[in-house]
This record gives sequence, structure tokens and C-alpha cells, in this order.
Amino acid sequence: MILPGNASCHGCPITIAMKTLDEIENPVVLMPASCSTVIAGIHPNSALKLTVVHVPFPSTPSVAAGMSRGYRKLGIKANVIAWMGDGAADISFTALKAIAERNEDVMVVIVDNEAFMNTGNQSSSSTPKYAKTTTDPAGKRENRRSVSLSLINYGYVATASVGYVKDLRRKMRKAGEKDGFRLLHVHCPCPPGWKFEAGLTVEIARLAVQSLFWILWEKDNKLRISEISKKAYENRIPAEKYIKLQGRFKGIKREEIEELEKFAVEEFERLLKLEEIL
Amino acid sequence: MQERLQDESYKSGKRVLLNGNQAVAEAVKIAEPDVIAAYPITPQTPVVEKLAEFVAEGVLNSEFVNVESEYSALSVVYGAALTGARVFTATSSHGLAYMYEMCWWVAGSRVPLVMALPTRSIGAPWNIHSDHSDVMILKDVGWIISMAENAQECFDLTLIGFPISEELNIPYSVSYDAFMVSHTAEVVEVRDVELPKRKQAYKILPNSEFALNAVTVNDARHKARKTLMKDLENSRRKIEKIGRCFLGEDFSLAEKYRVEDADYVIVTYGGWSGDFKDVVDEMRDEGVKIGLLKLRFLRPLPEEELKEISGDVLVVDRSALYKFGGMGGEIKRIIPEAKNVIAALGGYEIGYSEIKALVRRFVSGKIGEVEWYP
Repeated sequence: MILPGNASCHGCPITIAMKTLDEIENPVVLMPASCSTVIAGIHPNSALKLTVVHVPFPSTPSVAAGMSRGYRKLGIKANVIAWMGDGAADISFTALKAIAERNEDVMVVIVDNEAFMNTGNQSSSSTPKYAKTTTDPAGKRENRRSVSLSLINYGYVATASVGYVKDLRRKMRKAGEKDGFRLLHVHCPCPPGWKFEAGLTVEIARLAVQSLFWILWEKDNKLRISEISKKAYENRIPAEKYIKLQGRFKGIKREEIEELEKFAVEEFERLLKLEEIL
Repeated sequence: MQERLQDESYKSGKRVLLNGNQAVAEAVKIAEPDVIAAYPITPQTPVVEKLAEFVAEGVLNSEFVNVESEYSALSVVYGAALTGARVFTATSSHGLAYMYEMCWWVAGSRVPLVMALPTRSIGAPWNIHSDHSDVMILKDVGWIISMAENAQECFDLTLIGFPISEELNIPYSVSYDAFMVSHTAEVVEVRDVELPKRKQAYKILPNSEFALNAVTVNDARHKARKTLMKDLENSRRKIEKIGRCFLGEDFSLAEKYRVEDADYVIVTYGGWSGDFKDVVDEMRDEGVKIGLLKLRFLRPLPEEELKEISGDVLVVDRSALYKFGGMGGEIKRIIPEAKNVIAALGGYEIGYSEIKALVRRFVSGKIGEVEWYP
């Protein structure tokens, strides 16, 4: 799927996610301006062994919907994938919600590295509170908000992590086999953006899940929190272990870590309640 | 009256009473787009309502996508066009401004598509009436831009838009004045023609390992833009060939109205060209050698016709760019002595007598280089 010698940074989580695209049949991948665009390479070369369509930032969901409608009308079998970062999910949110609402036959993959990383680490709605970015040099003041949770009522929606590739592959395959609107929200810890050693990407991703800072769940006909996350809730590791490895939280106070920990646990418990009714 | 018109209906197609928007929709029906996407905005709404009706009635077999914004309207039809689908959208004014980024992307991608653009003022302040501010922001993006004078031209210029765009791989817009043309019913000959099947330079298909519009360095973007702009500049012959094939031998990029021996020529485009023609007739009766050149296309610009003009020239614009009206400045590149009037923005009513008074002032040499009216 992705050729060696591409332009990704050392330890890039997005390339891990890109490899799992081989679970999809007849993929056509759309990319807005993002780290993925850079990884995909410079014209006339391409680092991706896929059909790739590069599009303007906010247009991704709608161009994907148009391509999907076109293929359907012309009887061409294709799996249209709107592949975007958390920044593109922010700027295209109206369109994203609209294609979900129209149940367009589009698979959305959000590779979430919790900031606008392509332009050098600016805050997005996905950036966690207290994390320092170039636009929040003193640390972000608002809690992160989950885009997948806000679209939980539409089609197949799941979260995944590059720390749990088997789970990611299963969800990628499952989403690829379905029709209609699908959303896969993939947690992608970013070494240069979050300021940790490039060799730690998978470990940080796992720590995020084990500390409940990232929750693995899947909403098909019914919402189900993945066993990995349920076990993590039973044997939760302290937030500090996850946070202290990341330079973006440098200087964070003890009570601030406790606040983030409380937020993470509460979010998990809210999801547990949601599991009973959804 | 209606009966007499019906009697005449026959030789090639039928004559019906349609407003500009309905005429566009009838032409789109003949083109049978695979995908239509649009978002409502006054004065464009009736076009898409009519098309939605056609689809609901089963007389038009199109995917009809109700999008949440104009930005998405153009994005959806762009995506569909990439797959090989024939597509159509329509917007106006703020809608065009909102989809502006995609206007560039569509042109740069060399994707054929047709967009109707009833022209409306751009705020602030709010105004839903006609001027040409909106089409002027599209003028230099790299689209083919036609301007209809009446409902018949709305039909004709929409119809030929599909084969022209698909021949040249350049997006195509058909513009017509808000209300004055979009909502005014006239007798329109709905031509009984069949359009050729969709063709385009390339399609995006799965399993191709093709990367479209990846990041460019060096001369790639420069070459892409240069090729587009040169192809647009040189598109005249192809447009005329297709136009003549469907609309008759006298079709051209500009209409010459009594210009042969004219000492004075008014250059207009859009809905009020008819009023100016009436003034020309009246003044001809008085012995003034005056004519009119109507630009049926703004892009490509009908330069040959402009260069042929020998008399004094007045360009009447319904939009204001810096110091000049929408076309006045660039027509001065071809005719340096041309005078320019910026008139009646935001649907300001300018009646026949005012138009006549304006033309009289021009003929008596009392109009300066650039003037606002009022």
C-alpha cells in the first residue's frame, strides 16, 4: 500500500494506518491537505499504491460523496475513502455531518494526531487540554472533543488505534465491507508533534488506551466498547505514565493531570452508560 | 397569442412559455446529467426545483444530491465528474463566493462540468437583485463564461455548454440576470436535439495507482495553469463549431447588431442588451449611425469582433472593479479610447428612457472615461 522511502517522519503513526488500507477492495482514497498529502509524495511520483485524489481541505467529504454517486450511477465498483486528519474533520464538519445524514456510500477515516501537524502543530478541537501547541503555547484551555462520538448516530462508527493494529485491521475490513456512511476514527500519536521519541509511537498509543485517554469502541447496530478498553478500565494505568512521556505536556501541574484523568474516566463511564441504551 | 405560438411549434422542437431558470432546466434535461447537486439561493432556486421535479417524475434519470452548502454542491459534482459522470450545478452571488475555492480546483483539474449562474449582487448590504459582481469573480478563474440575454439564450447556451465543456475539458458557466431574465417568462423554442455522449480527458478509477493533483514543485503548476489559460484563449473555434452545430450557422461569440457602418458602438452583455438594441433602432431612425456589440461570451473574450469596431465605443458594465466596470478595463486594452459606464448595481431600475438618455450623452461626447450611473 505504501512504498518505502516515503516522506513521513520517523515513527509516523499515519503510515501504520495507511498499511491497513490493504483490507479494502477497490479503494479510491481522497486526501485533503494534511500530513498524508506529504507522505503520498510529490507529483509525478506517488508513495501510495492506490488511486489517490488530492482535494481542498473542507471539500473531502463532499467530493467523496460525488465520486461515490458517480460510480454508482455508472455501475463501477469502488470503495470511496475520505482519508483525513482531525484538522480536516474540523474544517469540513458541516459536510461530514451532511454526508452522514444522507448516508452517502463513503468510508471516512480520520487519522487523529490531535493537532494540525502538517503546518507544524497548531491546536485543533482534538487537542487535549493543557497540551502545548504553537497556537496554545501556554497549553490548550478546552477539553478535546471526539468527532466520532458526535457522529455516533450515523451508520457504522468505530474508533481504533495504531497501537492495536489487529483491532484496527478488523474494523477497517468490516467498514470496507459495509455500504453507506462509515467512520473510522484512528488515534495516531505523533512523535514530533507530541514530542516523544520516534521509537515510542506504538507504546504511547497503547498507553493512551490503557489510561482511558483513548477508548476503543464500535457502533454497528449496537454500541460496543472493545474488550481491550473494558480491561483497561478494570486495570487502569495512571494518567501520569501516559502524560509524562510527552513533551507537549511539559510543565503540567499535578492537579491538572488529575483533572485530565478524571475527564478520561468520566468519558469512559459515560460511554458505558451509552452502551446500555445505544 | 398562445394558440398562434403553439401553431408554430413544430419545425424543430416546440415553443413554450418559459422563464430563464426553466429554460436552463429544460436544456439540462436534454443533457441528462448523471449527477446534479445544488443548494438553494435566490434567484437560482427554481432551476434546481424544476430539475428535482423532473427526477421525481421519472423524466430525468439523474442522481440528485441535496447538499448542505454551495461549497459542497460544486465539490459533489466535481467528484462525480472525476468518475466519468456528466454533471450539473447552479448557484448565484454569495453561493458562488462560498464555492470559490472549488471553482479554482475544478478548473485546475480540467474537469468538464456545467454550472448555471443567474447573476446577483454580492453583499453587504443584502441585495437579491441583478448586477454582475458575482460572474466577475469567476471571470479570471479559468472557466468558459457565457452570458444569456433572454430565456432562449438561457436554453441555448446551457445546451451547448455540455459538449463545449466536454470537448475542451474546461468548466462552463451560463450566466443570466437575476429576475429580469431568470424569472421573466418568454417564448422559448425547446430544441429537439440529442447531445453526444459524455467525454473527458481522463477519469479516476479504482485500482489505477493514479494520484491526481498531488503536491507539485518546479514547473508543474506553472505548466498546468499556462495550458489551461492558453486553451481557454484558443477555445473560440471549437466553441463556435459546436454552437453552430446545435444552434445554427449564425451562432458566434458575440452578436453584431447594426455595427457595419456605425460611428458609435455600445458594447453590452446580459439582459439589458435588448433595451440597448431598441435604443439603437430608435436612434438609427433618427439618422445616427449607431450599433451594438453584444458579448455572448466573456471567456473567451470575443476579441476579433471588438477589434473590428471602428467607431467610438461605450462599454456598459453592471459591476465595479477598481476604477472600471467589470469588462471596461480589459476592453480598453483592445480599444484604448473606449468609454465605460458602471450602471445600475443591485437591481437599480434603469428604464428605457434613462438608457436612451445615457446613449445620447455618449453620442454627444459627454461621457468621460469612466462614469457611474447613477
